[in-house]
Amino acid sequence: MSKSVQAISQISQWDGKSMFTRLVSKLPTLLVPMVGILLFLAVWNGVAKSIDTSLGKFPGPTQVWEQSVTLVDEHNQQREKAATFYERQETRNAKRMAQDDSYVPKVREFTGAPTFFDQIWTSLYTVMVGFFIASIIAVPVGILCGLSKSAYSAINPLIQIFKPVSPLAWLPLVTMVVSALYVSDDPMFSKSFITSAVTVSLCCLWPTLVNTAVGVSNIDSDLVNVSKVLRLKPLKHVQKIVLPASIPMIFTGLRLSLGIGWMVLIAAEMLAQNPGLGKFVWDEFQNGSSESLARIMVAVITIGVIGFMLDRVMLAVQRVASWDKTSSLR
Amino acid sequence: MQNRHLELSQVGIDFPSPKGPFNALTDVNLKIKKGEFISLIGHSGCGKSTVLNIVAGLHQATNGGVILDGSEVKEPGPERAVVFQNHSLLPWLSVYKNVELAVKQTQKGKSKKAIRDWILHNLELVHMTHALDKLPSEISGGMKQRVGIARALAMEPKVLLMDEPFGALDALTRAHLQDSLMDIHSELGNTVIMITHDVDEAVLLSDRIVMMTNGPSATIGEILDVKLARPRDRLMLADNPEYNHYRHQVLTFLYEKQKKIEPVSEYKRKKENNAVKNTDAA
Repeated sequence: MSKSVQAISQISQWDGKSMFTRLVSKLPTLLVPMVGILLFLAVWNGVAKSIDTSLGKFPGPTQVWEQSVTLVDEHNQQREKAATFYERQETRNAKRMAQDDSYVPKVREFTGAPTFFDQIWTSLYTVMVGFFIASIIAVPVGILCGLSKSAYSAINPLIQIFKPVSPLAWLPLVTMVVSALYVSDDPMFSKSFITSAVTVSLCCLWPTLVNTAVGVSNIDSDLVNVSKVLRLKPLKHVQKIVLPASIPMIFTGLRLSLGIGWMVLIAAEMLAQNPGLGKFVWDEFQNGSSESLARIMVAVITIGVIGFMLDRVMLAVQRVASWDKTSSLR
Repeated sequence: MQNRHLELSQVGIDFPSPKGPFNALTDVNLKIKKGEFISLIGHSGCGKSTVLNIVAGLHQATNGGVILDGSEVKEPGPERAVVFQNHSLLPWLSVYKNVELAVKQTQKGKSKKAIRDWILHNLELVHMTHALDKLPSEISGGMKQRVGIARALAMEPKVLLMDEPFGALDALTRAHLQDSLMDIHSELGNTVIMITHDVDEAVLLSDRIVMMTNGPSATIGEILDVKLARPRDRLMLADNPEYNHYRHQVLTFLYEKQKKIEPVSEYKRKKENNAVKNTDAA
């Protein structure tokens, strides 16, 4: 009896040990990035102290952390306000309904200022719409360019000219065009949103287009011959051979596009005054309080983290969508 | 047996090159009977693949033409199925789906069950029914080539065109697949044109061996009738004097009459004269 207990305790001890050793063996892979981040924080802290701006000292990590906590608090307060607002509205309406049957209750939206998290959401939504528009244009055009040499030579000069254009150059034009064309009494989307989304589209069209074209034109000629021998119709050829074969390259393009789109969006929102992260940065800059720089720094870090997460999401989608599980997914 | 099943007459092809048209093939004449197994053999760059591609319709002959059962070959089609050297299975489709694509394309209007049965039947022929749901990347090179053959057979081709089908395989796998191919050929009686570099393979499998001269302007050098009785057994044939005679004839053609490897001194001289203009046309 005691022997078996001993054995069990030995096993569990051994198990614990192996868990520990496994953790230790993983430590170096975690340790190095940690050291990198800590070093960065230290340097940031040191340098920040010695920079005096007209808005006070440049914020160090602690101030930025404080501001991020404040931003969360502000968000929660705003949400509470909204909740109480709706509660009051409901009780008021219920009261009047009780007094008068024919009363049609008025429901009003809460009109508080958007919080930091609302702005993140707006930015994500805008970039996704812009990216989506760009993708549904770029992938088909890219396939066309990859399949037909003459289509490629017709479109290539345009790609080369428009690819390097900055979003800031497009924006005034897009703004004017949107104001001229998007006229309605009860607009579904605000103009600033459409302007930002279209600007994002214009800038993130190109990587997808180019990569799709390259992917399609580099399909193994044997596979194309298979399609010829089978006499696949053009549409079926695209569906069965071209599209699956170039999926890895298309996704490479999409990932680049989304990265560019996210970068462009911030600039577009600043100028178009779309209530997203770009506007947040701009408003804080204009506001010029002693906390502004720290709050902008929070936005900077948020933008970076979200950009990184968007890329990871695309990678996950690529893993699901692509047949080529061996291709390096980085 | 039909005497004029597949006929190549005066086939020649020029490829455009910076120095003007490059004549890869001229005057290729060949009449192939139904059910015949033909091997094309020759040094690399002699235009074997070009001949095959012209029959397949993937290349257009500049001169002459190919007639299959009374109609001219103008474009690729499933009645001239091709087995490619690198299997060329679609890497994103399973073994079953790869064959299915060919079957659905060529057997339109058949019931679902008939299609499924036909796919399984063809995979059965090459002994690949155990890996229906495997992706090409999950099976060995020999297995991929089997599936490639099954896909081609599933198109019910009049002519099966094979471009060095076993070239990329190890010797043991190759022997195994050669045996399978002999079985299939005796069972289905397809007309086959196969390109090979392997003298043993050519003698073992073929009814006729077409030996090609070196390019440019390559053409048929000699045609050797192989009158070994079928079924053929590689072990029995190893000591067969007739078999060795055929082998010897092919080797003589390749290494004496159409010697490709130039002596080093001659090669150097040529290089110095800058006269080496050989473009690899295969």
